[in-house]
Amino acid sequence: MSGSQARTRAAISIAVALAATAGLASPVLAQKQGGTLKLYQRDSPASASIHEEATYSNNVPFMPIFNNLVVFKQDAPQNTVETIVPDLATSWAWSDDKTKLVFKLREGVTWHDGKPFTSADVKCTFDMLMGKGTNKFRKNPRKSWYDNVSDVTVNGDTEATFNLKRPQPALISLLASGYTPVYPCHMSAADMRTKPVGTGPFKFVEFKANESIKLVRNPNYWKPGRPYLDGIDLPIIANRSTAMLGFIAGQIDMTFPTEVTVALLKDIKGQAPQAICKFEPSNVSTNLIVNRDAPPFDNINIRRAMALAMDRKSFISILFEGQADEGGALLPPPAGIWGMPKDQLETVAGYGPDVKKNRDEARKLIEAAGYSADKRLKVKVSTRNIPTYRDPAVILIDQLKDIYIDGELDVVETANWFSKVARKDYMIGLNLTGNAVDDPDQSFYENFACGSERNYTNYCNKELEKEFDLQSQETDPAKRKVMAWAIDKKLQDDVARPVIYHSRLGTCWQPKVKGVTVMVNSSYNGYRYEDVWLDQ
Amino acid sequence: MLSYLVQRLFLMLVTLFGISLVIFALLRIVPGNIVDVLFDAAGFVDPAEKIKIEKDLGLDQPIVVQYATWIGGLLRGDLGFSYVSEKPALAEILPRIPITARLAGLALLFAVSLGVPLGVVSAVKQNTRLDYFLRVVSLAGLSLPAFWLGLLILMASVALFGTIPIYNAAPKSMWDSFVMYAVPAAAVGLRSSALIMRLTRSSMLEVLRQDYIRTARSKGASERSINYSHALKNAILPIVTIIGVEAAFLIGGLIVTETVFNIPGVARFLVEAIRWRDYPIVQNLVMFIAVVVVVVNFVVDLLYAALDPRIKLGA
Repeated sequence: MSGSQARTRAAISIAVALAATAGLASPVLAQKQGGTLKLYQRDSPASASIHEEATYSNNVPFMPIFNNLVVFKQDAPQNTVETIVPDLATSWAWSDDKTKLVFKLREGVTWHDGKPFTSADVKCTFDMLMGKGTNKFRKNPRKSWYDNVSDVTVNGDTEATFNLKRPQPALISLLASGYTPVYPCHMSAADMRTKPVGTGPFKFVEFKANESIKLVRNPNYWKPGRPYLDGIDLPIIANRSTAMLGFIAGQIDMTFPTEVTVALLKDIKGQAPQAICKFEPSNVSTNLIVNRDAPPFDNINIRRAMALAMDRKSFISILFEGQADEGGALLPPPAGIWGMPKDQLETVAGYGPDVKKNRDEARKLIEAAGYSADKRLKVKVSTRNIPTYRDPAVILIDQLKDIYIDGELDVVETANWFSKVARKDYMIGLNLTGNAVDDPDQSFYENFACGSERNYTNYCNKELEKEFDLQSQETDPAKRKVMAWAIDKKLQDDVARPVIYHSRLGTCWQPKVKGVTVMVNSSYNGYRYEDVWLDQ
Repeated sequence: MLSYLVQRLFLMLVTLFGISLVIFALLRIVPGNIVDVLFDAAGFVDPAEKIKIEKDLGLDQPIVVQYATWIGGLLRGDLGFSYVSEKPALAEILPRIPITARLAGLALLFAVSLGVPLGVVSAVKQNTRLDYFLRVVSLAGLSLPAFWLGLLILMASVALFGTIPIYNAAPKSMWDSFVMYAVPAAAVGLRSSALIMRLTRSSMLEVLRQDYIRTARSKGASERSINYSHALKNAILPIVTIIGVEAAFLIGGLIVTETVFNIPGVARFLVEAIRWRDYPIVQNLVMFIAVVVVVVNFVVDLLYAALDPRIKLGA
């Protein structure tokens, strides 16, 4: 081949490659600076302190104020260990025995009030979370996340080490959650509830209860060129119909995440076809809680019968038009990382496709417990007075009729729900459980460990808890996954807290809003908004 | 007259004292308190932390002490702190009062300016097509639930104009304020106007049958003069009463309208505060509404004497 032929061939190759690149790649827009994102807030949060609350009504408006040590990559839809990126830490390393997690911290970062960020802030934050130190949270709902952390030590201003009682590879995932921001040492817990100070891309301006929350761009943000937005306005619109009409009219740029139901999605697409909507799993499960200490539910046969009687497909069909998922305690794949695959799931009692066969078996169990068509078991099905709780409870009552159980709906006001559950003042309850991090440690210890505050049914299996610890220490993800499946199957077989379905919910935004990523295996971790920009 | 005023003032204070007892007792009877709701957001109840927070908020004190603390503070102008926002209750309540006052004022203006003239017309044109039409309109106004009408207005706005009249930010001028509140005021004022219209009609019909009206007519007075100067003036007392009742209702009863139009007023705030068991907010807000109701009633009583010379206050 002559030199000119070679040059010609090379030129053609480059041209083809360029053409292919141009054709295959999605159009790339240059991000624009400026503009204020208007995102409606569904309710008035209890406070502005993320660490003290357990609802993403707090994460959505206040996560943009903060940074974590590490964070789930904000433009990756699925949270995995591989998508964890440095935030206030520049790097991290495990000790050889996996009992020390050392973070190198970013230098030159300042809090929104101008004070420097140092390792002391990291120690302060996690000391508070572990219940140590003088500055205390009014509420500390995720204290159990750090049960395995003996202490946090610092080495100079730029290094912090988490010393663990035993290896726990999942700790890094817990630290990457939207629930784990670093707080400033010089602010009291009370101040953080009303006027939070962070190092994040947006600064807090005001929080008017029942009216609005306003954030403004942090011009001194440590990440060059971010955020793109000048600010975020979150008008608090409690009435969902009003909020959706505001979105359809274009007065709202983005709906509150996961607030769009199947029915609303149809409305929005009908009236605002230009809207971009994502309907994704939320890692929130609807489940049955049974007062297993009180007769007749101390009889495992009755609990098993109820688990067998549930026709999950009907729930999903009626409430979600088919757009929800069957699963165990852990979110099922493909959105979930750790949930049982379909073939495994179908081996769990009550998950098989033959509902009639399941219910025949359920009737035998309940007959063995002394009930029949003539001697029906009367129960109260308690749930919160919120449609997402109430609607499935009604379907549950209908399904239980097939196995001689007559349920009466007991609607409980939100203010009294958890105290009622904590007092064990219920027979059967219908409950929702949101998993902040898609990881077995978060789910198992929080919801099923003996004595855990959020273990509403008091399920306690010491042997299984040893399995919790073993999977928690396992560093090979593939092996850990198999262990997690076995535990999840055991939890379902034991009717610990039978999962009815994992919901999927929608989020919509106007076409001018760019850079939004909806996470598919958590509703708590994707609200930093530093990559969001307005094409206007 | 002076003794009447003193007597009324005394009665007003007794009424307010009674209301303070009732609201205080009712709030404590309702199951759950702020700490339960705070823990609801955290997804669990920690008994030790619950006791500590109750102590911090003074909820562990005997009921009598809690009541005395509240009333003592109220008399000194210290309304306490909101349990939820941890800000002074006064700072939370004060900014919302003008919002609701504007909405209620505009709604009342709408109701009176529509209800009274149409009521008169309906009475004067009794059993005509116009009367039937107005009666149907007034009946519809009474029958349409406010939330339904509000949502219907919002949906129609989106469909017709591509925008909705909901509260976005504090209005900057009188005109902005008028534009923002006009639609919700009309939505809520329709019911009041229907009520006033029906009452005006029946009251007018009764007066129009009186001998003095026939006498005025026989003396050659114009229909306009008869209807407005003679009949309406004598028919106005029950109308003033209902306007007073509606004015008092509008201050605290706008919950649906404030929710649908997303207006951060007193009523919506009160309902949220009740949900949170935010006692300082609920107690003080209810007392504020009670004061408005009592004062409006007092003003209505004074108006009776001004409108009808036959009524002697204190006689």
